[in-house]
Amino acid sequence: MAEVKNKEARIGVFVCHCGTNIAGTIDIEAVKEYAKTIPNVVVADNYAYMCSTPGQNKIADAIKEHNLTGVVVAACTPRLHEPTFRNATAAGGLNPFRFEMANIRDQNSWVHMHQPVEATEKAKDAVRIAVAKASLLEDLVPKSVPVEKTAMVVGGGVGGMQAALDLADAGIKTYLVEKSPTIGGRMSQLDKTFPTLDCSQCILTPKMVDVYRNENIELLTYTEVEAVEGYIGNFDVTLRKKARGVLTPKEAEARGIVGGGCTGCGDCANVCPVIKPNPFELGMAPRKAIYIYHPQVSPLIYTVDFDACVKCGLCVEACGEKKAVDLEAKDEFITVKVGTAILALGYDIFPIEKKFEFGYKNFDNVITSLEFERLICASGPTGGHLVRPSDGETPKRIAFVLCAGSRDNTDTGKPYCSRFCCMYSLKHAHQIIEKIPGAVPYIFYMDIRSFGKMYEEFYYRIQNEGAKFIRGRVANITEDPVTKNLHVNAEDTLLGRPVDLEVDMVVLAAAIQPSAETEKTRRLFGVSCSQDGWLLEAHPKLNPCGTTTAGVYLAGACQGPKDIPDTVAQAEGAASAASIPIHKGEVELEPYFAQCIEEKCAGCGMCVYQCPYQALSLVEKNGRTVMQVTEAKCKGCGTCGGFCPGGAIWMQHFASPQIIAQIDAFLLGGEQ
Amino acid sequence: MADENWKPKIIAIICNWCSYAGADLAGGARIQYPPDIRAVRVMCTGRVDPLFILKAFQDGADGVLVSGCHFGDCHYLEGNYKAAKRMFLLKSVLKNIGLDDKRLRMTFVSASEGAKWGMVMEDVVKTINELGPSPLNELAR
Ligand SMILES: Cc1cc2nc3c(=O)[nH]c(=O)nc-3n(C[C@H](O)[C@H](O)[C@H](O)COP(=O)(O)OP(=O)(O)OC[C@H]3O[C@@H](n4cnc5c(N)ncnc54)[C@H](O)[C@@H]3O)c2cc1C
Ligand code: SF4
Ligand code: SF4
Ligand code: FES
Repeated sequence: MAEVKNKEARIGVFVCHCGTNIAGTIDIEAVKEYAKTIPNVVVADNYAYMCSTPGQNKIADAIKEHNLTGVVVAACTPRLHEPTFRNATAAGGLNPFRFEMANIRDQNSWVHMHQPVEATEKAKDAVRIAVAKASLLEDLVPKSVPVEKTAMVVGGGVGGMQAALDLADAGIKTYLVEKSPTIGGRMSQLDKTFPTLDCSQCILTPKMVDVYRNENIELLTYTEVEAVEGYIGNFDVTLRKKARGVLTPKEAEARGIVGGGCTGCGDCANVCPVIKPNPFELGMAPRKAIYIYHPQVSPLIYTVDFDACVKCGLCVEACGEKKAVDLEAKDEFITVKVGTAILALGYDIFPIEKKFEFGYKNFDNVITSLEFERLICASGPTGGHLVRPSDGETPKRIAFVLCAGSRDNTDTGKPYCSRFCCMYSLKHAHQIIEKIPGAVPYIFYMDIRSFGKMYEEFYYRIQNEGAKFIRGRVANITEDPVTKNLHVNAEDTLLGRPVDLEVDMVVLAAAIQPSAETEKTRRLFGVSCSQDGWLLEAHPKLNPCGTTTAGVYLAGACQGPKDIPDTVAQAEGAASAASIPIHKGEVELEPYFAQCIEEKCAGCGMCVYQCPYQALSLVEKNGRTVMQVTEAKCKGCGTCGGFCPGGAIWMQHFASPQIIAQIDAFLLGGEQ
Repeated sequence: MADENWKPKIIAIICNWCSYAGADLAGGARIQYPPDIRAVRVMCTGRVDPLFILKAFQDGADGVLVSGCHFGDCHYLEGNYKAAKRMFLLKSVLKNIGLDDKRLRMTFVSASEGAKWGMVMEDVVKTINELGPSPLNELAR
């Protein structure tokens, strides 16, 4: 910690063209020539792509040749290339923290494309501001911390399961946390999957069993994340194991009930008198107050719905010697330590009744695609017979309404494409042609997005099978009160005429949205979201699995609508990314820690309350009370430094004199 | 009042995780906004010492913007709450020294709000243009 101004600062400035991205607007030569006039600058240079190898070599060579004490690169954004240029600075033999970036692309040439003169002036200012900071930068050493050799995956859909399996296979102990009583996610509600039409359960169930059996996976179903503390390598995650009311064989054994615990026999549910709708069947089938979602659940352990349970005790009796049912169960809290975490929180169906023009929930025979999946599925509530909810008849004319709530810029809809509805609606069209003789699917679409491998081929196939395609957005749906048939009103934009089509059933390909607890969970992990609530990746192209919170990664539809192949691919990517710090064994934290300038510290202790991480405390030193920082807890936000009335807190890399030098450099032109 | 060539001098102190990222996103989306603002990056708005802002005004800034994450989204949990409190108090100090408190502004722009960043830029520049040069600046001359 050196508060003394570095009087002998020798700074090199490098201005990047970024091809024409910067040079197309900003006068590079003028910025470079100007840089040479800034105090402390001893060399200024420019290059087409500073991030390229020759560009980086320029920096390293100049450091040696001009004996530089600091480096400024005026280019894109530090959020992209600060690490690159720090490496180049280190390659020249200088401490990498003696580097400062001036953002003249993302926050200049790209946003002032038609004002080259003003943009060039702004770039000069930005360089001057950066030089002022670079002149005062000091050597810093990143703090190396060990990484806990365990990982956590939150969300047990196909994405979370794949991520957990990959981590486990890489030898990493993994906690798989799922809020519902079983893993499987949405995929277990599907009948067949496009474009191969293999049965969803048939390909999913073996994976569920693998997860359950894998020795490296600790499966925690009916469990939610309650709190997260710490940082990459050392997260302390507190979990709420919701009261399940039923003991697993393991838990029973722990309680001394030999050979006890739930075997999944279902005797309890047979006697339970309380009947509730089964959410897995979207309310179209009943379940008891003690229940499983469906026969393939994993783990095969029943769950008591304590909101519905009347505590009659019949299930306890029916369970008998196994003594699995515990109606006095309470939520339990456990805290586990993990090095890295993956969020795989999936999606929910957008409440399409909000788009009242489609009549969902008002008209019996308007259903959603997910309901269609359950109705067409052999293990579903109707044994795979698609029937009209109004009269149990088999529908012959079925309209599929695509983009229901998607690609919809009104207040009630979602602006984005939900991405898999085109494909699953083609699948649904195929299924009714195959299952119901004489049935005709009418697909109302804006355009069919069949972008994946073998998807376009699948589209042709469905066209050849006789599905009817009507290009036009559905304006509204009305019901014939007598027959309960529906009229779909749209404009056929290919023929340029209005359509009023009478059908027996309407299937809405409803938009999807982030799952209900995404918001709460992402905040616990400090992950940002995009405007629509989908979790935000660290970089859309270069780091699509990472987040801005080091050590936390994303998999599957929670990052944005994704079908199964894309979900699994991203899950494998996230698992690989999450295993890297664990296999390395240690990570480097940016050393932006607070330090106490003891001569200035009055020992008032006000800062102690500013720190959200309890990193500060008061100690006795040389007969005085002064503040002390616990570096392992400090995350470097600077909240204490922004507060200390005596200016006694030195924020490494963001120290007050450095920031004031930047302010002065801009406003006073660098002189003072 | 201001001469014709007067251009406002505005400094923005913005947090790394939300507003800086949002400003970068505005660039990616090629959103165009007035070029009168210069940015200083800090890790969190909690870092912003009121003295920085007073120093900026003393140096002749016509306006200061502090921009961070939305409440509840601060990368360090609550830095932005602390900052908002300080900015609020600071505004009354500004009034006392004869500055219109509209010259200091705090906004909350997330990493996904590139368009909002553009709007904030427009709006801050417009406000300061309407207020004209800082009276402290005039005095200094
Ligand atoms: C009608 C329909 C048909 C489809 N057909 C196909 C098809 O044929 N082919 C295809 O490729 N794709 C299809 N899809 C898409 C497919 O469902 C998704 O690609 C897939 O489910 C995404 O998996 P996921 O793991 O990301 O999310 P999900 O399957 O949604 O799983 C998320 C899991 O995380 C859990 N969870 C959520 N939040 C939390 C939390 N806060 N804490 C703990 N756990 C949490 C959930 O309970 C759930 O188990 C279809 C989708 C629909 C709606
Ligand atoms: S996938 Fe198809 S139906 Fe779904 S939102 Fe996108 S374009 Fe519309
Ligand atoms: S910089 Fe932030 S985390 Fe570190 S001690 Fe200060 S308030 Fe706490
Ligand atoms: S990190 Fe953005 S305000 Fe704290």
